[in-house]
Order: sequence, then structure tokens, then C-alpha cells
Amino acid sequence: MTIDVDAVLVASSERVPAPAGRASGNLLAPFTPWLSTLAILLLWTAVSAGGLIGPRALPSPFDVLAAAWELTANGRLPAALVASLARVLAGTALGLVLGLGAGLLAGYYRVGEMVVDRPLQMLRAVPFNALVPLFIVAFGIGELMKVSLIAVGVLVPIYLNTFAGVRNVDSKLVEVGLVYRVPQRLIASKILFLGALPSILTGLRFSLAIAWIALVTSETVNTNAGVGYILAQAQRFVRTDQVFLCIVIYALLGILTDYLVRRLEGRLLAWRKSYDGR
Amino acid sequence: MALANEAVARPRSVSLDVHAVSHAYDLEGRVLDVLDGIELAVRPGEFVALLGPSGSGKSTLLRLAAGLERPRAGALLEDGQPITAPDPSRILVFQDPTLFPWRTVWWNVATGLEARGLLAKHRHRVDDALALVKLETFANAYPHQLSGGMAQRVAIARALVNDPQLLLLDEPFGKLDSLTRLSMQNELLSLWQKVGFTALLVTHDVEEALLLANRVIVFSDRPARIVAEIAVDKPHPRRRDDPELVELRRAVLATLGISADV
Repeated sequence: MTIDVDAVLVASSERVPAPAGRASGNLLAPFTPWLSTLAILLLWTAVSAGGLIGPRALPSPFDVLAAAWELTANGRLPAALVASLARVLAGTALGLVLGLGAGLLAGYYRVGEMVVDRPLQMLRAVPFNALVPLFIVAFGIGELMKVSLIAVGVLVPIYLNTFAGVRNVDSKLVEVGLVYRVPQRLIASKILFLGALPSILTGLRFSLAIAWIALVTSETVNTNAGVGYILAQAQRFVRTDQVFLCIVIYALLGILTDYLVRRLEGRLLAWRKSYDGR
Repeated sequence: MALANEAVARPRSVSLDVHAVSHAYDLEGRVLDVLDGIELAVRPGEFVALLGPSGSGKSTLLRLAAGLERPRAGALLEDGQPITAPDPSRILVFQDPTLFPWRTVWWNVATGLEARGLLAKHRHRVDDALALVKLETFANAYPHQLSGGMAQRVAIARALVNDPQLLLLDEPFGKLDSLTRLSMQNELLSLWQKVGFTALLVTHDVEEALLLANRVIVFSDRPARIVAEIAVDKPHPRRRDDPELVELRRAVLATLGISADV
């Protein structure tokens, strides 16, 4: 009798693990998020073909494609992409290392918080493009200034989210670590860091978005290579098709980095179950 | 059977002595007295339940016994040795399962062995502990995929894998639904009988205390003193509607200042 009751109780309290993702029976499903983008492209084509707005102000998508071909054929676009990507990578790497380091320092240690938090909160309050004149004075008008500007832009969001992430880890989880005699260094790396990871990855996404903005800002100053240089030249010679091309390139690069972070989140945060919309 | 043999080789339970322990917290400059001269001797292998009004400091006593905090006055001894820091021989099970959400069930249970560098040689102990709480098929599940009762069983397995000689349970079933709670009480009881650890259980549930414990200690309001000590000399398993237990329940409720005609 008792055994029977127990079996029923256990069965009713146990749930089969939920499926990992949403079932998608539709082959077109991966493309549905792009439908609205496609609609905008079609609208763009229609409006430019209608002739209400001249190609000077609004080149058609085909003009932009032609510009892309022209700049690729003469080698300017590939060279510009390499130069811009190198800047972004260098600045982002520097900013991430510094921001993550400062965030962990401030998160783990109250002394660390006292040292780094106030200056970084002040830095956060300053729009980073206001730093351009200062950086020109400090670092000149070369690559160092550009990379530093990107690094500072990147540093702030990753710092804020790392710090907040560590401090939001449930203190009970740390106590579990203490009860089981987990060494301090493992409490830091296996409890606090992993607990902060969702927040850190959110910070990473903000940081990378800012990296591209900082790149554009930095490339408006004395540039002779890079996507920003093409943009500046195109503006001077009223090549609206090239202006549009540069904007599209920035958009695509932004989407690409966002996609990469999402993939990273999917891998690193597979343990999480969160609301994914109705 | 393997467990019984091991029990011979390694003492499975310890005594816990609480000598004149008082404790207080600083709360925004004010001193909040929590425990006031607690005297308690728990024999090896004994199952003791702590009852008392909420906020009376029952959990604080467990934290002191776990070594998470040091008392302001008095001493706590484990087999005669002063308790100064957490130790794997004394494991505290919280009211919430507090599993690491990013670790699978198996790795959550492995936490203590991993921390002490014993995991490589003792992987089978993780499997054994999961089998004890009947969750071996959920080894690779993540905590969010578990029900409340299953998660709490994982937390208990995480404690048992360390061969604790003293299990400190802080309202471990307080947040479970009443049916799950009944089956978890039976499971805890059979684990205690099988493994033979000393158990100190904090609970709000008078019936739970009387069903499980050899002895029930009743705390007063904060700052807590021991107001009653009730021996429950009934063999396990006990029946909820046993007339003697019903009578004891009446007595315990009276010490808590609650009319027993409920």
C-alpha cells in the first residue's frame, strides 16, 4: 500500500526534461525573420524606380550593387575592409580585456570596486565621441588614436555588465561553495564567473555594437584607408551610391557580429531556460 | 549491503555538542540577539528536530554547526573537536535546492568531491548517490528541467556523496507541495536508516518533526532559548494517526503557545 502511494507520488512530481528548442516543421522558418528586411528592400526598389526621388538622393539597390562591384574590382573595398576590421579587432580586443578585467576585479573585491568603479562610471557618463579631441592631443591622429577610441567605447558596456553580473550571483550559491570547501579561486572561476556569464555576454553584445560606432567615428578623423575613408570620399564627390554602400556594409558587419555572439550564447548558455516569446 | 560494510570501516556519525551558544547579528547598527545560551547534545546517529516560531534562530544554529559563522559566545563541538570552519563531514542542505543552474545533475552532485580533488578516483560515488535518491536517469539533466522535489533530492545527493557524518537540514521540504513532502520525508528517513548519519533538522512542521526525529527541541521566540525537549520513543516507520503521536503533537503545539484543538 505504502509503496503504491509512493510510486504515484514520485511519478506525479517528476517531469520529463523539456525539449531543448522549438520544433520547426517549416523549411522556410529560418528565413522568416528576414521577411521584413526583404519588404524594405522591395519598397526601396519601388520608390527609386518610381523616380519621385532622384538617384542623387536615393540610388536604387542596383546602383549600390554596381558601386560595390566597382570598388571591389579596383581593390579599394577589400583594402578598406581589411583596414577597418584590423582597427575594430585591435580596439575590441583591448577594450574587452580591460573591461572584463576591471569588471571581475570590481565584482570579486570590494577594494577593486572602490578603485575602478567611480572612474569608469564617470567614463560611462561621457559620450565617447566627446573624447576624440582629447585622444587626438594625446595619441595623435594615427592608428593609436583610433584603436584607443574603439577600446574605450567597448570597455564601458562590458565592464558594467561584468561587474553587475558578478554582484548579482545568488549569494546562496557561494555559500554552497563554502559548505563544500570549494577553494576561493574555483569559487571565482566556477561559481561567480559562470553565474555572471549571461550578463557578460549581454555586455559583449553591447560592446561590439559600440565598436562599429566607434570605428565610424574614429575613421572620420584623418583617414586614408578603411570603410570610413570611402564614406568620406563618397560624401565629398556626392557619390550617394557609395554612401549607401558603406552604410549597408556597416549594417551587415553589425548583424554578423550579433549573429556570432548569439551563437556563442547558444553554446555557453545552453543550461538556461528563459522566456522566448509567444 | 556495500554501504553497511563501509559503515563498519568508517564511522558514519558523530556527536554534536552545543555549549552555552549565544549569537547576534548587527543590523544597521542595532544588535539583534538571535540565540541565547543554547545547550544541546546530539548523540551519534541521532535524529533531532528543531521546532520554533519563524525567525527564532533555528537556521542560525545550523549555520553555526556548519561552520559558516562563529558564535559570539559559547562553543560547538563535533565529536569533541571545536567547529571553526566548514567541513565536508558536516553538510548543510538549504531550504532551496540551490543547485548550480549551469551544471548538470551529475556535476552538481560531484561538486564536493571535485572541490577536494577526489572526483577522478571516486566517480562511482556520484552515481551511487544519484541512485540513492533514485535520480540516476536524470544525471545529464539541467536543474531547470527538474521539479521542486527532484531538485531537492539532487541537493540531498550532493550532500550524501561526501559521506557526511552530520547532516544539517534547513527546512529542506518547506517549499514542496504536500504530497511530494510526504514522499521526501519517507526517503529521508530510509536514507538516515541506511547511511546512519547524525541528523539535525530545522522545520516548521510539527508532524514532520514527530514522524522523523528521535527528539524534538522547541525554541522560544527570538532570542531563542530551548523551551521544551520531547523524546519520541517510537520505532520507525511511524503512523501519522498513531494516538501517541497525536498526543505528543498536542503537547508540542502547547509549548509553541498554540491551542491544540486544531
